[in-house]
Amino acid sequence: MTYFPEEVVEHIFSFLPSHSDRNTVSLVCKVWYEIERLSRRSVFVGNCYAVRPEQVVRRFPNVRALTVKGKPHFADFNLVPPDWGGYAGPWIEAAARSCVGLEELRMKRMVVSDESLELLARSFPRFKALVLISCEGFSTEGLADIASHCKHLRELDLQENDVEDRGPRWLSSFPDSCTSLVSLNFACIKGEVDSASLERLVAKSPNLRSLRLNRAVSVDTLSKILLRTPNLEDLGTGNLTEEFQTESYLRLTNALEKCKMLRSLSGFWDASPACVPFIYPLCHQLTGLNLSYTPTLEYSDLTKMISRCVKLQRLWVLDCISDKGLQVVASSCKDLQELRVFPSDFYVAGYSAVTEEGLVAISSGCRKLTSLLYFCHQMTNEALLTIAKNCPNFIRFRLCILEPRKPDATTNQPLDEGFGAIVRECKGLRRLSISGLLTDKVFMYIGKYAKQLEMLSIAFAGDSDEGMMHIMNGCKNLRKLEIRDSPFGDGALLGNVAKYETMRSLWMSSCNVTLKGCEILASKMPMLNVEIMNELDGSCEMEENSVDPSRVEKLYVYRTTAGARDDAPNFVKIL
Amino acid sequence: MAGLGFEETELRLGLPGGNDAEEATRSSGKRAFEETIDLKLKLEQPAPERDEDEEAAAADVIPAAANSLSSPAASVATGGGSMKRSPSQSSVVTAELPDPEKPRAPKAQAVGWPPVRSFRKNILSVQSTQKGAGAGVAALVKVSMDGAPYLRKVGLRMYGSYHDLSKALEKMFSSFTIAGSCGSQGMKDMNETKLADLLSGSEYVPTYEDKDGDWMLVGDVPWEMFVESCKRLRIMKGSEAVGLGHTEGDGKMQEQMLRNAYLHASGISCNDTALLFYVS
Repeated sequence: MTYFPEEVVEHIFSFLPSHSDRNTVSLVCKVWYEIERLSRRSVFVGNCYAVRPEQVVRRFPNVRALTVKGKPHFADFNLVPPDWGGYAGPWIEAAARSCVGLEELRMKRMVVSDESLELLARSFPRFKALVLISCEGFSTEGLADIASHCKHLRELDLQENDVEDRGPRWLSSFPDSCTSLVSLNFACIKGEVDSASLERLVAKSPNLRSLRLNRAVSVDTLSKILLRTPNLEDLGTGNLTEEFQTESYLRLTNALEKCKMLRSLSGFWDASPACVPFIYPLCHQLTGLNLSYTPTLEYSDLTKMISRCVKLQRLWVLDCISDKGLQVVASSCKDLQELRVFPSDFYVAGYSAVTEEGLVAISSGCRKLTSLLYFCHQMTNEALLTIAKNCPNFIRFRLCILEPRKPDATTNQPLDEGFGAIVRECKGLRRLSISGLLTDKVFMYIGKYAKQLEMLSIAFAGDSDEGMMHIMNGCKNLRKLEIRDSPFGDGALLGNVAKYETMRSLWMSSCNVTLKGCEILASKMPMLNVEIMNELDGSCEMEENSVDPSRVEKLYVYRTTAGARDDAPNFVKIL
Repeated sequence: MAGLGFEETELRLGLPGGNDAEEATRSSGKRAFEETIDLKLKLEQPAPERDEDEEAAAADVIPAAANSLSSPAASVATGGGSMKRSPSQSSVVTAELPDPEKPRAPKAQAVGWPPVRSFRKNILSVQSTQKGAGAGVAALVKVSMDGAPYLRKVGLRMYGSYHDLSKALEKMFSSFTIAGSCGSQGMKDMNETKLADLLSGSEYVPTYEDKDGDWMLVGDVPWEMFVESCKRLRIMKGSEAVGLGHTEGDGKMQEQMLRNAYLHASGISCNDTALLFYVS
């Protein structure tokens, strides 16, 4: 291969689909390393602290698409204190210095400032796509800079970010010359938008395929917009409250009917049941439906809509749908691949109209199901066994029984056997979240059978260190392990230290690990950052009534080539 | 979960001479309703974040209508421990019920549980406060049935009609209905036009307390309106007044007796004629 000219080798590499494949070929020899790194167009950094931004941009100067992830997953549930880190600034600054060809930036769980957004907007003349998921730290002013200066912007996708509202001017900041928009998602923007600006923007964007509006956009504005976007494929509505006259909804239906390409629907902010029939004409063509922001729709409204969506592949709903509603889903949506049922009541042992019966019905009607997130009131082993038999193709299986440590609802046994069946039958399982009453036995099953498992989330489960050891020793492909409120201690933490080098990260909170154990880990494995977060400042004396002072409340361990990070706040101690 | 060092912050509830909470949870199974369950609340303090508009103080104690549960009166349950609250103040007691359908009443909170993103939590809590419905998003109301040893709770929004509701209630309380012609027959067809049959042909009379605090007969108003205004349900036993016949002729006498019994039960003076029953 070394006798081929570089361009040929480079061309061959361009067929390699995955990052890991490209990483592998770069290890073959120096020549290949060089060719690969200069021709790499897309870089994925799963943990922003695993590597220094400067190292990345130096190695891959011609990168066009960069993806960076920041905080650990449990940050979504407020388990990571604020100001922990995950700053986008250093990444954008490094790229601005060395990779001016950057076209796409995707960030998840990172802290992004307006200054960084401005720098981004001004530094990359060919910039096309910005995707921010669960990020924070910026305002609509930063978005205004993006809109004004990115002349070729195709994609601005803001998913569930915490954005400070400084007024609607950002939407008017797109210059008249900007006609390239393909995808615009501002559903998470809390404030008002100027309807006229929005309509103008849509009118001059003939390529618009995906549009997700926020709560401030009225039905009338939506109707006007839709008349301009006959090729729209994905729509997130504005608010659909009852205040408007039926005429508005008729106009909406007419406009919707023109969108023959529409496949995916979301939003439904404050939707009243009265608006639902106006969506009916669309239902038969939908493959994706997200009703999970709408507690105002009851089970009967939901089922009337969903029973018409015979092509549905992806469905997100609230548990108001109830078991009965899930039976309707099961009989109507034979192509369903992904289902998420979210809770509407957030108390620990909250009420949910959804039980194991709904999931059993789904599993028997929707045999193509591969991805599940299911919050429910109770579960049984028998149900899980049935589900596993019915749907052996699960790739993602996340089950959350609202009450921690709840046993099988009919036998009062732990749910070990049920989850055991899931991992045994679903040989392609890559992501698993377990809940309910669970002993070490479930971990024995997971370690034994879940060979493809990459991510495991554990809460309120297990009896002893043995449980975690089963996982550490058995799950060969494990990349991310996150544990809370489970009785695993130093024995488990230190039982297989070499494993951490093969993983992206480990999170343990409210477990039994001690400072001593963490120190030992840090000393044995210098290529890991062992971060400890205690509620109390590490330098203070512990208070009398607090828990054992050597006990570590929150632990985050990750492999890194960057050494200890220098932006850690006071409450984080890196060993 | 010994050894986690939670003892200082942990609340354990139970009968004096106390069960180990964990043990109790695991072996709880089908307990008789007289026993109380140990509910282990983990209050971690300080909590990094609290949603302001969550009703932290919703403690539901379910007093038995007829027989007594030995439950002590419960004080307020708090959860999620912010620095301002002391963990010592709360206790929540519920009855353990054999029927797994029964939703648990206590409204405890734990940090980051259930695992739902703040974005989603904020949206749903804003929407439910906007709605301002008396019973919240799911329209949960307590259902008591005369003669039953414990109450149930139903989410009215789960049902589309009086018919669905009556079927559900029938299922829930079927173990308590007296064998014979009453119970199941009485629960069927709880719609407006069949109320006459209900009243004359059965021992059970479904009533509800509305937003104004008045006790109303179920079925008078359209379903939606009922869901919006219903605060709690009571399934009254007609025979609480007297033994009943089931013939038409007895209907009128029965009505008067029911009326008296009802007034008595509700504490309304007999002079109050703004009455709730009618036979169509």
